[in-house]
Amino acid sequence: MTQEMDLNQRFEAYIASDQKIEAKDWMPDAYRKTLIRQISQHAHSEIIGMQPEGNWITRAPSLKRKSILLAKVQDEAGHGLYLYSAAETLGISRDEMLNALHTGKSKYSSIFNYPTLAWADIGAIGWLVDGAAIMNQVPLCKCSYGPYARAMVRVCKEESFHQRQGFEIMLNLSNGKPEQKEMAQDALNRWWWPSLMMFGPNDASSKHSEQNMRWKIKRFSNDELRQRFVDMTVPQAELLGLTVPDPDLNWNEATGHYDFGPINWSEFEQVVAGNGPCNRERIETRVTAHENGAWVRDAAAAYAAKSAERAASQTSAA
Amino acid sequence: MSAPKTEWPLWEVFIRSRQGLSHKHVGSLHAADATMAISNARDVYTRRQEGTSIWVVKAEDITASTPSDKDVLFDPANDKIYRHPTFYDLPDEVKNM
Repeated sequence: MTQEMDLNQRFEAYIASDQKIEAKDWMPDAYRKTLIRQISQHAHSEIIGMQPEGNWITRAPSLKRKSILLAKVQDEAGHGLYLYSAAETLGISRDEMLNALHTGKSKYSSIFNYPTLAWADIGAIGWLVDGAAIMNQVPLCKCSYGPYARAMVRVCKEESFHQRQGFEIMLNLSNGKPEQKEMAQDALNRWWWPSLMMFGPNDASSKHSEQNMRWKIKRFSNDELRQRFVDMTVPQAELLGLTVPDPDLNWNEATGHYDFGPINWSEFEQVVAGNGPCNRERIETRVTAHENGAWVRDAAAAYAAKSAERAASQTSAA
Repeated sequence: MSAPKTEWPLWEVFIRSRQGLSHKHVGSLHAADATMAISNARDVYTRRQEGTSIWVVKAEDITASTPSDKDVLFDPANDKIYRHPTFYDLPDEVKNM
């Protein structure tokens, strides 16, 4: 018991002095659990996030856009892999995590349950969804758990290309024919509110926030980050000549921030609960891909075992 | 015997970012064998010319010190400050030593 207290004291001291916790260090069970939950959900979001964009790879308007989109979707796969690795250092297996995703036990960001109806959606996702993700992810580079923080540094380095290519798509469409500009506006209309929801519930009703702030997993509150995102993005929309779909949006001279209208939290809860436009399709696609790949995984494992056997028997023969 | 493993083994990946620097740990990945681990590492960790050379090591082959050994291993160095050059007081006339 006293040993446990010593360990806990050391852990708290590390946190207090901004030292990183590493995989083999002692940590409270609840810290381990909340990290596994957060990192695996983050990884799932990257992997599921490949679907809405993958939807447009074959229909990208030019070879250049197609190459860019392919590279971006490949990055999302990479981000998922960095994060799964980070979660595995906490003692959960890849199979357990995938199983939790496939059975709906583990969530992913609800933004990916919205459909990509037009090419402009690819622009809006890069600009808004990746923009919001960057806002969330940059502070995670300083998170108290070393392997997660290091994975996030890698992710953030790559994420900037994602946002810039998205904004460029929006810029080209906005400067194009009236129909193209209309397409960009329509994408903004549909992606704006779900992007604001990406920051999670209001601080007052956020389940995990307080403890995670204390443990320095989280550095800023949901509402703080959401406000920063709005303040950063509204001028960009103006630059594009597009209208943010919020009649209550107003610059507030006194606070130095934009005021914005109420978020439809019942929609958010519906999507989180599994009733968004694409929840079922996303999981079905993921499970099918996993099952269709099973023979490849098995064959590679069998080949590796056979090669190792052959190498061993050759050594013993010689 | 533990439960049969369905996962490919875990490999730790080390990358030399450019000639003249040592390999540095960058993360891990799953692969059926070493050849696949190298080609997966190429795709996962060097999409933007981050490396000129890759090492992969099966995670289970790494022996690591444990955090509880920290005091035993590293504390004895604490009281040997005479190993550091700043321990020695030399006259100012001796420049650059």
